[in-house]
Amino acid sequence: MLSTLEKAITSNGLVAAFALVGFIILISGFISRKLTFGRMHGSAIAILIGLALAYWGGIYSGGQKGLADVSLFAGIGLMGGAMMRDFAIVATAFEVRPDEARKAGLIGIVSLLLGTLVPFVVGAALAYYFGYRDAVSMTTIGAGAVTYIVGPVTGAAIGASSDVMALSIATGVVKAIMVMIGTPIVAKFLGLRTPRSAMVFGGLAGTVSGVSAGLAATDRRLVPYGALVATFHTGLGCFLGPSVLYFVTKAIMA
Amino acid sequence: MIIYGTALLAVCHLLGIFIGDLLGKIIGVQTNVGGVGIAMMLLIFARMFMEPRGLMPKPTEAGVTFWAALYIPVVVAMAAQQNVVAALRGGHVAILAAFGAVVSCACIIALINRMEPKSDVDPFADDTEMPEAAAVDIKPTA
Repeated sequence: MLSTLEKAITSNGLVAAFALVGFIILISGFISRKLTFGRMHGSAIAILIGLALAYWGGIYSGGQKGLADVSLFAGIGLMGGAMMRDFAIVATAFEVRPDEARKAGLIGIVSLLLGTLVPFVVGAALAYYFGYRDAVSMTTIGAGAVTYIVGPVTGAAIGASSDVMALSIATGVVKAIMVMIGTPIVAKFLGLRTPRSAMVFGGLAGTVSGVSAGLAATDRRLVPYGALVATFHTGLGCFLGPSVLYFVTKAIMA
Repeated sequence: MIIYGTALLAVCHLLGIFIGDLLGKIIGVQTNVGGVGIAMMLLIFARMFMEPRGLMPKPTEAGVTFWAALYIPVVVAMAAQQNVVAALRGGHVAILAAFGAVVSCACIIALINRMEPKSDVDPFADDTEMPEAAAVDIKPTA
C-alpha cells in the first residue's frame, strides 16, 4: 500500500507540491498567530520552513536543488522553478499602479546601478582580503555578490577557475537567503512602506528570489514594484560584470 | 472566460522573455535582460488598454489574479529548492562577502528611502483588489 501511495505522489509531482506547500503555509499561519502573535508574518515563516526543508533535502540527497532532489518531492522543483516563479511574478503586475511606478522611474535606475556597483566592490574587496588577488577571481567573486547568476556568467566569460565559480555562486545564494530572511526583520529600518521604496529596494537588493521572497514576507502589496526593478538587476550585472567591472578591476590590480 | 486572462498573462510572459533574450543578444550577454520586467510592463499596458474598452470582465481578470495570488506559495517552493547546503559550506568568504554586500546595500536603501518626501496619503488606501494582502498590524489599543 505504501508503495502505491509513493507511486501516486511521484507520478503527480506538481499536484503533490501544491498539497505540500499548502500544508507548509497552513502550519506557518498557525505558528504566526499562536507563537508569535502575528508579529512575524506567516509568509516569512513559510519561507524559513522552505529553506530548512531545502537544507534537509540537500543533506539527504547530496544534490544541489534542495528538497526537489528528493524523488518524493520532485514536484517542488517544477512549482518553484523559474517558469512558475516568473509566471506568478508577471501576474502580480496586475496590482501595479502605473502612476506610482512612473514616479519612481529615475530613482529606480539609480538604485539599480548602485545595486550592482556596491555589492561588487564589497565582494571584490573581501576576495582580495582573503587572498584571491588576481583580477579574474576578484571580479568573479564580486559579481557573485551581485547575484548568484551574475557570478557564474561573469566567471565563465572571463575564465575563472571552478572553485572560484563555486565560491561566487555560494556568495550569491547566501545573499539571496539573507535578503529573504532579513527583509521583514529590518523592513522598518529600510523604510519599506511605499511603492517607491519597494522599487529602490528591488534595485539595490538585487536578486529576484531574495527581493520577491523578502517583500512577500513584509507586505504582499509591495512585491510587484520591487520585482519590476529587480528583474533588470541580473541582466545589468551580466552586462557590466565581464566588461566594465572586469576591466576596471584589472586596471586597478595591474 | 477565465482562460482569456491566463492566456493574456501567458502571451505577455512569452513576449517579455523573447524581447529580453533579444536584448541580451544585442548587448552581447549570455542572459535574458529584464524579460520578466518587460512582461510585467506589457501586462500593465494590456490592462490599461483593455479595461476602459470593457474587454476585461471579472472572469478574465480572475484568470490573472489567481496566478498573482499563487505567488507566495510559489516562492515557498522556490525557497525549498535553494542550495542551502552549499551556501552554508561556502565558508567565511561567501558568508562575509554576502553579508557585507547586504549590509551596505541596506544602509543605502534606508538612506534613499528616508529622502522620500513624506505624504500622509496611504498609497494602498483604495486597494481593495487583494483583501488577503492587507498588512495585519497588531497594536495594543491603549
